[in-house]
Amino acid sequence: MTDVLDPPIATEHDDHDHEEHHGPTGILKWMTSTDHKVIGMSYTVTAVIMMVIGGALAEVIRAQLTTSNNSLVSFAQYNELFTMHGSVMIYLFVGPFAFGALANIIVPIQIGAPDMAFPRLNALSYWLYLTGSITMLSGFFVAGGAANFGWVAYAPLSNSINTPGAGADLWIGGLLLTGFSAIFTGVNLCATIFYLRAPGMTMFRMPIFTWNLLITAILILLAFPVLTAGLIMLYCDRHFGTHIFSVQGGGVPVLWQHIFWFWGHPEVYILALPFFGMVTEIIAVFSRKPVFGYKGMVFATLSIGALSLGVWAHHMFTTGVVLLPFFSIMSLLIAVPTGIKMFNWIGTMWRGEVWFSTAMLMAVGFLITFLIGGLTGIYLASPPLDFFTHDTYFVVAHFHSIVMALVLGAMGGLYYWGPKITGYLLNETIGKVQFWFLFIGTQVFTLPMYLLGLRGMPRRVATYALHPGWQFLNQVSTVGAILIGISTVAFMVNIVYSWKKYPAGDNPWDAHTLEWFTTSPPPHHNFYRLPQIRSERPTWDYNHPGHTAAEHGHHHEHQGEHHDEVPVA
Amino acid sequence: MRTEAKVLLSLGLFFGVMSVVYWNWGHENAGSVMMFAGMLLCFVPGSYYYWWSRRMRARPEDDPNATQAQGAGVVGAFPGTSIWPFTLGMGAFFVVLALVFGIWFLIPGLGLVVWALFGGTAEGRRGGTH
Repeated sequence: MTDVLDPPIATEHDDHDHEEHHGPTGILKWMTSTDHKVIGMSYTVTAVIMMVIGGALAEVIRAQLTTSNNSLVSFAQYNELFTMHGSVMIYLFVGPFAFGALANIIVPIQIGAPDMAFPRLNALSYWLYLTGSITMLSGFFVAGGAANFGWVAYAPLSNSINTPGAGADLWIGGLLLTGFSAIFTGVNLCATIFYLRAPGMTMFRMPIFTWNLLITAILILLAFPVLTAGLIMLYCDRHFGTHIFSVQGGGVPVLWQHIFWFWGHPEVYILALPFFGMVTEIIAVFSRKPVFGYKGMVFATLSIGALSLGVWAHHMFTTGVVLLPFFSIMSLLIAVPTGIKMFNWIGTMWRGEVWFSTAMLMAVGFLITFLIGGLTGIYLASPPLDFFTHDTYFVVAHFHSIVMALVLGAMGGLYYWGPKITGYLLNETIGKVQFWFLFIGTQVFTLPMYLLGLRGMPRRVATYALHPGWQFLNQVSTVGAILIGISTVAFMVNIVYSWKKYPAGDNPWDAHTLEWFTTSPPPHHNFYRLPQIRSERPTWDYNHPGHTAAEHGHHHEHQGEHHDEVPVA
Repeated sequence: MRTEAKVLLSLGLFFGVMSVVYWNWGHENAGSVMMFAGMLLCFVPGSYYYWWSRRMRARPEDDPNATQAQGAGVVGAFPGTSIWPFTLGMGAFFVVLALVFGIWFLIPGLGLVVWALFGGTAEGRRGGTH
């Protein structure tokens, strides 16, 4: 059927059957739907499956490292394991979960839009993501095994002589597909946020989550085409006899590193910013306060986005051919807006009525874990320290603190928005058990790796010399990985246990933003009615007419005048 | 429209300044070109939005005092369901498999892509098939 999109308008009575959508169900719905909520749900399920696959690979890696000379897997298998663990987690889980899954579902509803701007392009993004994931993972089933050159595919290790076989080509092909998927999602998010906001939803009234996704989308459009171009060059080097990255033909191997990290560092913020947005929403709602320093948050996010394009070569300090002071200064500068965000999160909680629900616990766990990862990142931005720790477990620990913080944020987002998407709450007790396993597991997992790195243990080795303490620290880290695995099991148990058990209602958290104004789950095209939008938290203003806040936290002189709906014939 | 333009133009300005500073300090080609291209990518849509923001009245979503009724009217016509994204995605999948396993995969791949392009375009013109 053809849907003519009328913007939703407030009516006197909820007329819940005036816009029922009769579409296909089951597998046909999955294949043909252009509804952003259905596509977002497909993204969510696929991304969580990828998380489980990547996590299983990680558990095998940690099992191999429990003793110094273990032979659980061969060296070649170990190379495949850490390559595919990194690739699956970065390319197929965190990224698509950040800007494909929750963003896809929540952003249009937060700004009062009926759908994404390009619904069919949105569906295409999902299909490219799914086929890209299948392509990359099918490397395990071809002769020679999956890609084994590390998730960064440095030249000349990734050329056809050092890494022959179909696994590497499947890796390149899978990345081409998921790369285009990300680019299309970026286009879609930008167009949706620029053109489909509800009346009164000015740019500086958008929820922080939507702001962060806008900047993420711009970063996607800046960064991902560079990766796609680099992958095509790499493929040409491997198969068509070009010499872009090989010294023999006059090429420059370091050019691959420049191209890869020009995508790769913005990618770190493409992964992180959506989760920053999630925890901002969660902390504000569960502290029962508006976001502290709304505009400061927006400008901090914008400057992180801007700076992120000028820091790529801090991954390449030890190549000896990059401009150390420039990249060191730019990397250190990123600590400033990130610090502003950290203080604003604490300021939002400060003197609020903090409710430690599972989502809030996850958000606080995010703050602590991200702080550890962020502070060690400042060490690594300093070239003298980086020369000492480069390619050791210190770096591994640093970025695992960061990405485990993102996992905590993702889980918080699922507990916070899950009821909106499915209509049912998850069990809070099991959720808290999951949180403590995940949070303690993360610290037990990463902190020994910092020590290992400082004691000189190199990354990407299947066996290691029996230096004093190395084996014990590795065993502690493995225990942490097992705790994280248990938390994932707890999450699965929670989904099964809570299946359609606790109906959520429209607004279980007494939340702020527009998505909590509609039903759970929202109807086709999202809204039966919309409130007047007079601040960045319209749903709160509507539900608490005596406690509306004017723009950005200043108390309003004329309370109660902004909560009226517009009656429409 | 004004804020959207400002976001993109200020990002572009920053990338432009950075590419000049980086080129003069580091004399490194790849990064300078990529940052310069980043500036262009921000300036092209940003200047377009700025151009329009000076020529059109504020849209309801740019007006802080807009009522929901001001947004009334048809936004556009979209197909409620569509099989063509799936078809196009599978076509792209086979094209990529052709890069790995053999050129013959291009036959189903390009076939599905072309079919989806025609089907999707026709569907868009009609405003949907179902």
